[in-house]
Amino acid sequence: MMKWLHTMASSAWFYRFSGKVIPWLMTLFVVLFLYGLYGGLVTAPADYQQGDAFRIIYIHVPSAWMSLFVYIVMAVYAFIALVWRIKLAEVLLISSAPVGAAFTFMALVTGSLWGKPMWGTWWSWDARLTSELLLLFLYWGVIGLYAAIEDKRTASRAVSILTLIGVVNIPIIHYSVEWWNTLHQGASVTMTDKPSMPIEMLIPLLVMATAFKVYYAISLLIRTRAELVEREPNSKWVKQVIEESNHG
Amino acid sequence: MSIGIDHMTTFHSLYLLISREFLIAFRHRHEALNPLLFFVLVCLLFPLGIGPSPQLLNTIAPGIIWAAALLAILMSLGNVFRAEYEDGTLELMVLANQPLVVLTLIKLLAHWLLNVFPLILLSPIIASALGMDFDVQITLISSLLLGTPVLLLVGATVATLTLVIPQNGMLLALLVLPLYVPVLIFGSSAVSATAIGMSAAGPLYVLAALCILSLTLSPFAIVAAIKTGVSQ
Amino acid sequence: MGEFFYMGGYAFHVWTSYALAFVVLFINIVGPSMRHKRNIQSASDFQQHNGTISDDT
Repeated sequence: MMKWLHTMASSAWFYRFSGKVIPWLMTLFVVLFLYGLYGGLVTAPADYQQGDAFRIIYIHVPSAWMSLFVYIVMAVYAFIALVWRIKLAEVLLISSAPVGAAFTFMALVTGSLWGKPMWGTWWSWDARLTSELLLLFLYWGVIGLYAAIEDKRTASRAVSILTLIGVVNIPIIHYSVEWWNTLHQGASVTMTDKPSMPIEMLIPLLVMATAFKVYYAISLLIRTRAELVEREPNSKWVKQVIEESNHG
Repeated sequence: MSIGIDHMTTFHSLYLLISREFLIAFRHRHEALNPLLFFVLVCLLFPLGIGPSPQLLNTIAPGIIWAAALLAILMSLGNVFRAEYEDGTLELMVLANQPLVVLTLIKLLAHWLLNVFPLILLSPIIASALGMDFDVQITLISSLLLGTPVLLLVGATVATLTLVIPQNGMLLALLVLPLYVPVLIFGSSAVSATAIGMSAAGPLYVLAALCILSLTLSPFAIVAAIKTGVSQ
Repeated sequence: MGEFFYMGGYAFHVWTSYALAFVVLFINIVGPSMRHKRNIQSASDFQQHNGTISDDT
């Protein structure tokens, strides 16, 4: 009974709290994103080697950072879900996976678009792109496993374990691909490892990275709200939410 | 006195578990041949697909053999816990409070000895057919000895997670293959390094480290996965 | 202005990247929002049909 109350309360509380936070996050995201776009496309000078093609960095690098960041956050949720059996953590974990996959996809395609003018080919088995591709498969696996198991509690536990296996493997995969790359190609052209980036190039990048983090929070909250309603359609708090929306 | 009896029972149940595993495996001995034949067939596909040029085959032999071994293990993963799950033995083992970690390790050891070890014994023959020198074959065998336990342990963990899904073959491959990439890279490049006269020590050390890491972590993950599947 | 869109000859690569980012970011907000609305709607239908709320979830 106490446990039941506890989970109900936390779902209801989270739903209300996130409903209040989302508009603020949305405003913050729009401001940061527009500033990042302006800085990246207009005020940052063209790169002395790559010309204007380097402006892809403002999409590519924040996406690549986020693709790793989201998986690590998922591993934290997985740990919480397994150790303390908190339902909300399970929902947050599974709601993060599509956002992470979207960032990974973006990093891959923009990396390829950037590679074309730099290497003369769309795909050059660059270490960064190859491990990004493998990361996309890991996200795919999490989504696929969750979808394949009928009972959603069992699915959540299985996905939590899989995410933890994945997070142990990510550094190993990354290191092995990097090692494989240097073994077969020698030092390849890396696109972003600059000794020093001028400040007017760096600031839009950091702003854009922050904007993407805020975006992740927004998308995660909306997904989690949808999932919570789907899991507990017959609960008191959903009933209240519906009543309020009918009156208001 | 009572401690002695406890030890006796522990060892006795261990003995029973081991003999049970091998008895079951012996009764299904024709199944143990399948991964072996699969391994040979996959290796055969490459010369047929790209032509019998000895130089080309020699260059890609390490990759072929490693990829074939990896796929053979992947195909064998389906039946690690499948029978026990379906007839309810697994549930009884969880309920009976048996030391599941020990049980898991014994099961995987038996699986490795019966399904994977023959494949390693056979690999020099395939390697010779692909034109691999004797000293390179030694590296191949040691890399397989160190790497295949990792493949089996990681694969069995994920396979246990997918036990509750009836038709899970494709999903299992999708989940497992990205995790196999490091073993494939270090395994085949150890062999390639020996083939061009370089030291294979580096990748072999990494494989040994991965082997110890998966031996220590995987059994606990498998036990957690078993409990998830059984409690449904 | 034309020079801005020309992107030093890399217009296709740069603008495709940014367009892709817009599309992906847009889909990941609008898709879940629509799903949320659908779920609320079906929960509302469900509760209207059943009248009372049961105590278990």
